[in-house]
Amino acid sequence: MSYPAIKTENLSKKFVIDHEVQERYLSLRDVIAAKAKRLTGRSKVPKNHKEDFYALSNINFEVNPGDRLGIIGRNGAGKSTLLKILSRITEPTTGRITIRGRVASLLEVGTGFHPELTGRENIFLNGAILGMSRAEIRSKFDEIVDFAEIEKFLDTPVKRYSSGMYVRLAFAVAAHLEPEILVVDEVLAVGDAQFQQKCLGKMQDVSRNDGRTVLFVSHNMGVIAQLCNRAILLNKGIIEASGDVNTVIDQYISGSRDSGENTYRVSETALDSKRNYFNTIYTTDRSGRVTSDFSFDDQVSLKFQFTINEMLPNLNIGIGFQDKLQNRVFTVLKPVSYFKNITGNTFAGTVTLPSSVIAPNSYSFVFVIWAKDVALYDSVENICSVRIHDNGTDLAVYEGFDYGSIIVNPIWRND
Amino acid sequence: MNSKELIIEPGRSEKNYWRDLWLYRELFYILSWRDIKVRYKQTVIGAAWSVVRPLLTMIIFTYIFGRVAKLPTEGHAPYAIMVYAAMLPWQFFSSALSEASISLIGNTNLITKIYFPRLIIPASSVIVSLIDFAISFGLMIVLMAWYRFLPSWQIVFLPLFIAMAFLASFGISLYITALNVKYRDFRYIIPFIVQFGLYISPVGFSSSVIPNKWRILYSINPMVGVIDGFRWSLLGEQKMYWPGFFTSLAVILIFCWVGVSYFRKTEKTFADNI
Repeated sequence: MSYPAIKTENLSKKFVIDHEVQERYLSLRDVIAAKAKRLTGRSKVPKNHKEDFYALSNINFEVNPGDRLGIIGRNGAGKSTLLKILSRITEPTTGRITIRGRVASLLEVGTGFHPELTGRENIFLNGAILGMSRAEIRSKFDEIVDFAEIEKFLDTPVKRYSSGMYVRLAFAVAAHLEPEILVVDEVLAVGDAQFQQKCLGKMQDVSRNDGRTVLFVSHNMGVIAQLCNRAILLNKGIIEASGDVNTVIDQYISGSRDSGENTYRVSETALDSKRNYFNTIYTTDRSGRVTSDFSFDDQVSLKFQFTINEMLPNLNIGIGFQDKLQNRVFTVLKPVSYFKNITGNTFAGTVTLPSSVIAPNSYSFVFVIWAKDVALYDSVENICSVRIHDNGTDLAVYEGFDYGSIIVNPIWRND
Repeated sequence: MNSKELIIEPGRSEKNYWRDLWLYRELFYILSWRDIKVRYKQTVIGAAWSVVRPLLTMIIFTYIFGRVAKLPTEGHAPYAIMVYAAMLPWQFFSSALSEASISLIGNTNLITKIYFPRLIIPASSVIVSLIDFAISFGLMIVLMAWYRFLPSWQIVFLPLFIAMAFLASFGISLYITALNVKYRDFRYIIPFIVQFGLYISPVGFSSSVIPNKWRILYSINPMVGVIDGFRWSLLGEQKMYWPGFFTSLAVILIFCWVGVSYFRKTEKTFADNI
């Protein structure tokens, strides 16, 4: 039974926030009198009101050697503070951490880089700051330059580098550290997709092949799912979930939804003019919960109710699925006769989209009731916007790019 | 797997700290190297500036104090050498103090993002000044050759006084730089102290002009002992005022103690306050 690489017990971090007391005065005389009172110490009103702010409270978790732990949460959840404490940059307020192994932290890309020094000089500077000895840097120098792909610009001052080159060089140095525990804070967000893939690959090598422990903070759920085997979810300084990475990611995604807000309801005024119309439309996930955020492998179901006051032979329901630029992705049709009426003239139905097909992105729907060549009875556009979240596709590093709306698995051959 | 265990707890004084200082020893050198390299980047004459500046200072001093002012000197040493022997440690002390006292806030990006023993930062500032001192010292030798002045046997004690100057600047600047993180006033106090100190310290005159009953009090200024020591070991004949010397030495050691303990105590809050 091996010891945990990192173990935290009852960890917390408190900051004291200053608030200036806003006092209202009616006249200049009051203002002067109040200031004078403060000076002579007779005032009972405090000048500043201080508040205790707990960036982290009661943090307990364990990381085993070889684990890749993802730390996820919204902005301000306390992720960076936790990393800073683990890196010994700041001290905890209470609690205790036991660490076994050398820790190297990458909290910012290019820490210690000096713009006036050349790439070559900065490799030595940055490497030394991160804890490598000069001999170590010298032996890995060529590998580092190779990884960064800046051989041509080694002897130009770093202030002349493009931001991409800068980031490549900074990560190249850090990637060649050999600590037992590597702590990385959202630094992959910069750099192009090819570079991100390279860095991810390197981190995967480092942990899977060398058995090192990695702690990784990111907002890109796909990257977290690819790299990590376990995760913890932080919210306002508390651990909300911890365990298997996919479970935790799902909890994060469903927690950050705005439930019910994308439900469509027909407006009262429209009822006067329309004869056939939709009453309500909303989206649910596989378990039936109303939500507008979905994981890639979840099922998007649309539940809708509509009223038919004027029945015709070829009345159809049409549903259009469109991307965020309102380009149509696909359209489906169903005759109204398919549906069962629940009360009076009101009908209900559900349509479930296939899972693991729609590319992670934002989408919305168009619903129509119409009889071809006769009339369009109701048309509601841009409703029920949904967001599909990547939780482990191959294209995870490209989240945010437009690589299409559908993910397919074609048949490849290499002859 | 037999890795050493590290425990992080609030208020825990780490025995690991001194081991860490050894582990990160190369940083002492690397940070000073960085500061020196950056100084002369994109200049035409480059590192030659590190010689030209003290050389010009020395020439101007020699001319003004020696020829124009015709101020008297102690014994038969030329006035220029007497002044220079005091300028040397004073320049070292004042530049070390000025740079090291703002070294922490000048390296904010390192302090908030990476761990290493923070003692290294002001130490490497002082080392940079030490290197400048070494160059000026070389010029001192040239000056002595020019005046055909041979130093006495007491010069073997010079390393002791150099070490004293180092400790004086290191101890005081540790204290000031740690204070400066939270109370930025010290950034403005230091240049004032340095300017004031130049007139108070026996640079332009010899400390023997101070009447005897005040001499010990005068030696509370740590640079008095250092400058007297420099003059004694380099010039030779002036008698060393030992009570004053030990007073200065005591003040230096006290400041070192205060400096190191205050620095260590507040080090953990640097990242939060800087």
